[in-house]
Amino acid sequence: MYVSVKGGETAIGHAHAWLAEARRGDTALAELSTAQIEQQLSLAVDRVMAEGACADRGLAALALKQARGDSTEAAFLLRAYRTTLPRFGYALPVDTAAMAIHRRISSTYKDLPGGQVLGPTFDYTHRLLDFALEAEGLAAPPPAAEAKEEAGRMPAVTAILAQEGLMAPDLASDAEPPDITREPLAFPADRALRLQAMARGDEGFLLSLGYSTQRGYGNAHPFVGEIRMGEVRVEIEPPELGFAIDIGDIMVSECQMVNQFAGTAEAPPQFTRGYGLVVGQNERKAMAMSLVDRALRAPELGEAATAPAQSPEFVLYHCDNVESTGFVEHLKLPHYVDFQSELEKIRAIRARWFAERAP
Amino acid sequence: MTPGFAEPVLGAQSSFRAMLHALSHPGRIVALPDVPQAPAPLGPAMAALALALCDADTPLWHDGGAAVADWLRFHTGAPLAPAHAARFLAATSAPPALAGLALGSDEAPQDGATLLLQVSALEAAAGWSLSGPGIETTTALRVSGAPLGFVAERAALGALFPRGLDIMLCAGRHIVGLPRTTIIREER
Amino acid sequence: MSETSPKPRPLAGYNFGYLDEATKRMIRRALLKAVCIPGHQVPFGAREMPLPYGWGTGGIQVTSAVLGPSDVLKVIDQGADDTTNAVSIRRFFSRVAGVATTESTAEASIIQTRHRIPETPLREGQILVYQVPMPEPLFKLEPRVAESTKLHALADYGLMQVKLYEDIARQGEVGTSYNHPVMVNHRYLMSPSPIPAFDNPKMHMNAGLQLFGAGREKRIYAVPPYTDVRSLDFEDHPFKPVRAPHACAICGSEESYLDEVITDDAGGRMHVCSDTDYCASRPPLEDAP
Repeated sequence: MYVSVKGGETAIGHAHAWLAEARRGDTALAELSTAQIEQQLSLAVDRVMAEGACADRGLAALALKQARGDSTEAAFLLRAYRTTLPRFGYALPVDTAAMAIHRRISSTYKDLPGGQVLGPTFDYTHRLLDFALEAEGLAAPPPAAEAKEEAGRMPAVTAILAQEGLMAPDLASDAEPPDITREPLAFPADRALRLQAMARGDEGFLLSLGYSTQRGYGNAHPFVGEIRMGEVRVEIEPPELGFAIDIGDIMVSECQMVNQFAGTAEAPPQFTRGYGLVVGQNERKAMAMSLVDRALRAPELGEAATAPAQSPEFVLYHCDNVESTGFVEHLKLPHYVDFQSELEKIRAIRARWFAERAP
Repeated sequence: MTPGFAEPVLGAQSSFRAMLHALSHPGRIVALPDVPQAPAPLGPAMAALALALCDADTPLWHDGGAAVADWLRFHTGAPLAPAHAARFLAATSAPPALAGLALGSDEAPQDGATLLLQVSALEAAAGWSLSGPGIETTTALRVSGAPLGFVAERAALGALFPRGLDIMLCAGRHIVGLPRTTIIREER
Repeated sequence: MSETSPKPRPLAGYNFGYLDEATKRMIRRALLKAVCIPGHQVPFGAREMPLPYGWGTGGIQVTSAVLGPSDVLKVIDQGADDTTNAVSIRRFFSRVAGVATTESTAEASIIQTRHRIPETPLREGQILVYQVPMPEPLFKLEPRVAESTKLHALADYGLMQVKLYEDIARQGEVGTSYNHPVMVNHRYLMSPSPIPAFDNPKMHMNAGLQLFGAGREKRIYAVPPYTDVRSLDFEDHPFKPVRAPHACAICGSEESYLDEVITDDAGGRMHVCSDTDYCASRPPLEDAP
């Protein structure tokens, strides 16, 4: 008598125990603290924070530790946590022109007001494995000579172009932006909604799409107008107070990509902007986002929309790695009921196929 | 100010389940297990449904006067709205013209409003004969105190389906669901 | 034999049923409208859940919004209570809601399912919650949601008729053996979720309430009790439910949907009921008179 496979409960218990052991690794080695992760794997923490849509470095570090360093799994943990948090109010728009700058560069100008500030970047490093880092107990590196600038307002490069009428203005709006954490995506998706979705979208996905626009799929001619990274003030305005209060600073990365625009009968030829803003230090994603943002503006600028990066539905429905990874990985679940139907179906069709060809 | 549900989480859940059951079985009289004490003329059933489902995201219309307005706003946080813009309407007497309420669109028929309508009594007896989804054959319902011409006015919306209005009749702590798909025939 | 397990103590630090009350209200409003417009997909603000998208987040959110402390919950995947995802979801709800759980279809007040409808007919008052991966029945023919929404508004289902007809012309029968589209209340084309076509007829005039949740795609839809549900077909090619032409090796059922089980590497196989509760509730073959 055959006994069908049982014991899902036990199997899960064993798997989870094994996972816990694997996460910890060799117990002869000291356990990583979340503070160490936050300080020393800070870009991984930032990526998790951005894709997890929760500006909390401590929680992002914890998620990374629990996820064994898997950033997508960590972002998922963080999202599942943030979704349970009560919402106390809405922040005012942050002012990136008033940013405490850690990094600020432009590729369209050799120099510009406020100067080029390289900041803590991998740019221009030689990508050689530094085996010195393998050693433990290294002396702390000396303080950086280029100290964090406490610069005042640094005007955006795009504002400089706008003064000359070369940059199409992005009109400020007081309209309430949509909120993808509360409402499902709706199309047509306005720019505020698109940017919001991409800000927590998957870095790899946006990177590939952005790249595709550079390779002819979307007809982009981009220049980095400006990348800046630093701390911005977050303020809320409680209705009972009637004035804004500062609730803290967060690190953000911003990219303004400058693109050509051929002009139309109504509008003169000028530059247009692609915009990217990401929580934390992640300029690769901010750049990719700005490329895709510009590609998605094709219809409003009267350009033919033929490439994937120009399709709002394609980009927005697939940029979220928590959604993507869940559905791709769900194929691991049993599907044998449907497969059974397929078995019967293909047998029937094959039988007919052979019968029709029988001599 | 009288309190809301004795246990907000469970009161909301049981009221919602009663409404889900009532809309799944149109015409069937369903009792609410946990109702709040609301200021007159807001009856217990209507008050329970409003508390269970309304919040800052649901513009709400009502005809209950200042005390009811205060009570609803305090317990739900729902913004009060004119009838045509309301997601939920709490009518303790004759409601505004049904055709003037939010009926949704063919693409988004779910944007049609929910009308909570207070009547004086609900009985499982001859009066109206109901049919449609949720009803195996027909259901008999006798409604006392329905607004004059209610059945005909509601029936006129039927041609607009999937656009439409979903109605909860409330009497005491009892409710009856009339989704837009239910056909009402008045018996002599 | 299955029995209802006692209520565990709910997990501290979380609201009853995991979701916060505002989210539950939003889902509840969507559910009520879904019941009022049978077969119509109602968009809702699906939240991230602690389980991944594609693993039942839509069904879990629906169950979480519906569930009360006196409910008895059954969770099945592929018809079985002991599959890993079913165990995981059942455990989730017993942790965050402290509700009683059961493997018995008859004892359950809410049944969350992936890919099957139980063999035991539902009774009035029972709620069947389907996990739905892709709620849009037209998505392979029209991937643009804005377009398919228009087709539903116009009740224009010609695309699907043509597709089914092309299947018949090409292979002699309709090509879908599971997730076969249905017309609900003569108005809306609906995905029954990836249940085998064998289960489709159970949806028609069912006494229970059928709720469908698609988390990643953020849609909720419903079939009220006693509602007309027809599998799409043609007069000259009527809808045919598919079932392996065998009897269950454990209980001998010739009516239930069967899983094919490979027993050795020499082509040996047997068939057993997919619905484990149904199978266990029947006398085993050895005991049969």
